[in-house]
Amino acid sequence: MKKLSAALVGIGALLIATTAIAQQQTLTVVSFGGAYGAAQKRHMVDPFMEKTGHRILFEDYSGGIAELKAQVESGNVQWDVVDIEVIDLERACAEGLLEVIPRDILPPGDDGTPAMEDFMEGALDNECGVGVIFWTTLYAINTETIGPNKPSTIEDLFDTQKFPGKRALRKRPQVNLEWALIADGVDRSKVYEVLATEEGQARAFAKLDTIKSDVVWFDSWSQAPQLLNDGGAIMVQSANGRFYAAIQDEGRPFEMIWDGHVYDLDVLSIVRGSKNQELAREFIQFATGTVPLAGMQEVAYGPTRKSSGPLVDPAVLPLLPSSHIDAGIKADGVFWADYGESLGEKFNEWLLR
Amino acid sequence: MSALSLSSQDLGSAQRELRRRKLTAFLFVAPLLVFLAFTFVAPIGSMLFRSVHNPNVADLIPDTLERMDDWDGEALPDADVLNQFALDLKRLANERTSGRLAGEVNRVLPGASSVIQSTARRMRTVSDDELEAGGAALLFEAHANWEQVTIWHAIRESGKPFTFAHYLTAMDLEQSRSGAIQARDGPRIYVTLYIQSLRIALTITLLTFLLGYPLSYFLANAPTRTANILLIFVLLPFWTSLLVRTTSWIALLQTNGVVNTALMGVGLTSSPFQMLYTESATIIAMTHILLPFMILPLYSVMKGIDPSYLRAAMSMGAKPIPAFLRIYFPMTLPGLSAGALLVFIVSVGYYITPALVGGADGQMISNLIAFHMQQSNNWPLAAALGSLLLFVILVLYWTYDRLVGAKNISFG
Repeated sequence: MKKLSAALVGIGALLIATTAIAQQQTLTVVSFGGAYGAAQKRHMVDPFMEKTGHRILFEDYSGGIAELKAQVESGNVQWDVVDIEVIDLERACAEGLLEVIPRDILPPGDDGTPAMEDFMEGALDNECGVGVIFWTTLYAINTETIGPNKPSTIEDLFDTQKFPGKRALRKRPQVNLEWALIADGVDRSKVYEVLATEEGQARAFAKLDTIKSDVVWFDSWSQAPQLLNDGGAIMVQSANGRFYAAIQDEGRPFEMIWDGHVYDLDVLSIVRGSKNQELAREFIQFATGTVPLAGMQEVAYGPTRKSSGPLVDPAVLPLLPSSHIDAGIKADGVFWADYGESLGEKFNEWLLR
Repeated sequence: MSALSLSSQDLGSAQRELRRRKLTAFLFVAPLLVFLAFTFVAPIGSMLFRSVHNPNVADLIPDTLERMDDWDGEALPDADVLNQFALDLKRLANERTSGRLAGEVNRVLPGASSVIQSTARRMRTVSDDELEAGGAALLFEAHANWEQVTIWHAIRESGKPFTFAHYLTAMDLEQSRSGAIQARDGPRIYVTLYIQSLRIALTITLLTFLLGYPLSYFLANAPTRTANILLIFVLLPFWTSLLVRTTSWIALLQTNGVVNTALMGVGLTSSPFQMLYTESATIIAMTHILLPFMILPLYSVMKGIDPSYLRAAMSMGAKPIPAFLRIYFPMTLPGLSAGALLVFIVSVGYYITPALVGGADGQMISNLIAFHMQQSNNWPLAAALGSLLLFVILVLYWTYDRLVGAKNISFG
C-alpha cells in the first residue's frame, strides 16, 4: 500500500512537471555568433528569457539562405527567428521562406514615438524583417606597418603605385564590384545603375584586373583581422564590428578607412512554417525595442531606432556607421537579389582567368 | 548416377537447410544493407534525380505553360498566354513565391529576375478581371523586355520538369534554340575546374607516393619497437582534426609565418614569399593530410613480403637496384594501388582545405559545388556537377581496372 501511494505521488509530481514544461516554450533563434552574437545574447536573448520564463536556443550560422531553404522546402522547420543580412533578405522573402511581420505589432519607442516613425529609414523596407543593426563593410590599415603615407580613399585601395602591398578582400562580388566602380570614377549615387549594365560590369572587372595580382582573397570575415595583424596584407576589408572588437578588446593598432564604405542592415525575421509564431513575434517585439537595440553599440553596430540614440555612449558614436553615412553608399538588396547569381558566376570565372 | 542421386525427401530437407543458411547469412548483412541504402544509395539517387528533374516552374505556373504548348517560338506568344501569365504573376506575388519563379528563369536568362520581380510587384495591385482582359498590355507597360521573345523562351525552357541543361552547363555547353549543342555563351569555368581538380589530385597522389614509399619501406624493415613508435607518429596527425591540421598550415605558410620567418632569418630571401592562398598551399597541406592513406596500405603490404625473395635475387647475381625494381617493387603494387586510389579519389572531391588555404587559384570543383549549394542556391546545377564528378571518377576507376586490374588492390 505504501509502495502504491509512493508511486501515485511520483506520477503526480511527474504530471505537474510536464505541464510546467509544456507552458515553458522553447524558441530557436539563429544569428552570426562572434562578438555580435555575444552582444545579442546579453541584450536581447537573456533579458527576454528572464522576463518571460521561456527558453531560447541561441544558435550560430554563417549567413546565406541555403539552410533556410532546406528547412522550409522539406517541411522540417527547426529555426524560429533568424538574423539575416538585407542582401539575402530580399531573396528569402520573395522565395516564400519567411513570414510577413505585421508592422502594427511593433511597440513604440521608450520616448513614446510610434514605431513607424521611430525606426530609421530602411529598417522596415522589407515586409519580412525588422531591422536590428546598421553595419558596414570597409577597409582598415595597420598603423604600425603602413608607413608615413596613409591611404584614405577607395581610390587608394586600387592604387598599387602609391601603396604597394597586398590587399585582402572577401571572395565574393558584393562590395568589391561597387568599390571598383567608385575607384574608376563612377558617381557614388549611380553605382548600382552602372553595375546593372553589361558595360558597367565589364568596367568593374577591368578595374579589379588592375589589382588582381595584389589581392589576397579570404572566405570568412573572421580571417580578416588576422590578415591585417600578421602583415599578410596592408589593407584589409571586413565588417566594422570585427575591426572594432580587434581594436577595443585586443588593443590592435588598426585604423578604419570610412571612405566608400558600403553599409547595410541586419534584420530579424520569422522562418515560414515556424511552430512558435506567437512567441517568435513576442521575441521580435522585445528585441527590437529601444533598450535592446542600443546594446548593439558594444560591437559598434548602430541601432535602427532613433529613440536608442540617446542611450549610445558618446565615445562609440563616431565609430558607428550612422556617423559616416555621407562617406558611404547603401548596399542595394534588391540589386543583389536580382544579379547576385549571374555576377557570382562571372566573378568566379574572373578569378580563374 | 542413380547410385549418387538422393531421395526426394533428402533433397527437400537439403534445400530447406540451404534456404535457412541463406536466410541467416542475409540477416547478418541486412543491417549493413539498410545502412547503405539510407546513407549511400538514397542520397546519390536523389542527387542524380535532382540533377535532371526540376519541377519548380512547372508547379508554379502550370496554366501559362499549358497554353504555351502550341506556341511556335518565332513571334511573341498569343495574348491569351500573356494574360494568363499576368494572372499567374499576381497570384505568385500574393503567395510570395514570385522570387522562386524569378530565380529559376534567371538561371536560363541572366537578368530576368529583376524583370519578373518588378512586374510581379506591379501586378499585385491590379484586379483579376483587368488582367484577364488586358494583362498583355500591362506586362508591356511594366517592362519592355516582355515584348522580346527571349524571355518567353527562357520561361518555356525553365518550365520543362525534366532537363539535361544542367549537365550541359556543367560541361560549359548549352543548347541553342534550334537544338544544336554549342559552347556556352556565359562564363565558362567548369571544365577548367574539373581539369584543375584532377591535376591537383594527381600531383598529390604522386607526392604522397614519393614521400610515403621510402618511409613505408623503412617502417616495414625496421625493428618492431622502432617501427611501432614511428607508426604512432604517422597515426598521430591522422587522429588530429582535419581543421586543426589545416589551420596549422595557415600558421606555417602565412606571410609572416614560421616558414617565411625562418627563410628570412637564414638569409635565403629578403622579402617574404606569398605561399598561403595559392595552389601550392593546397597541394602541400593536402599531401600532408592524405599521407597516412598512402603509408598504411603500403606498410601492411610490405610487412607481408618475405625478405628472402630479395636476398635470393641478389644471391643469384642481381644488382640491388634491378633486384628491387623487378622483385620487390612488383610485390608492393597491390598496396601502392590501394594507397594511390584512396589518395586520388579522396583528394579529387576535397573541400575544406582548398577553401581555407587555396585562395583563388587553388580551388577545386567541390568548392564550386558548395558555392551553388550554399550561395547561389542552384541545387540542380550542384547536383549535376556532383554527378559528373562521380562519373569521372567511375570512368577513371574503370580505366584503372582495365590497365592494372582492380583485384590487385590490397590493404595488406
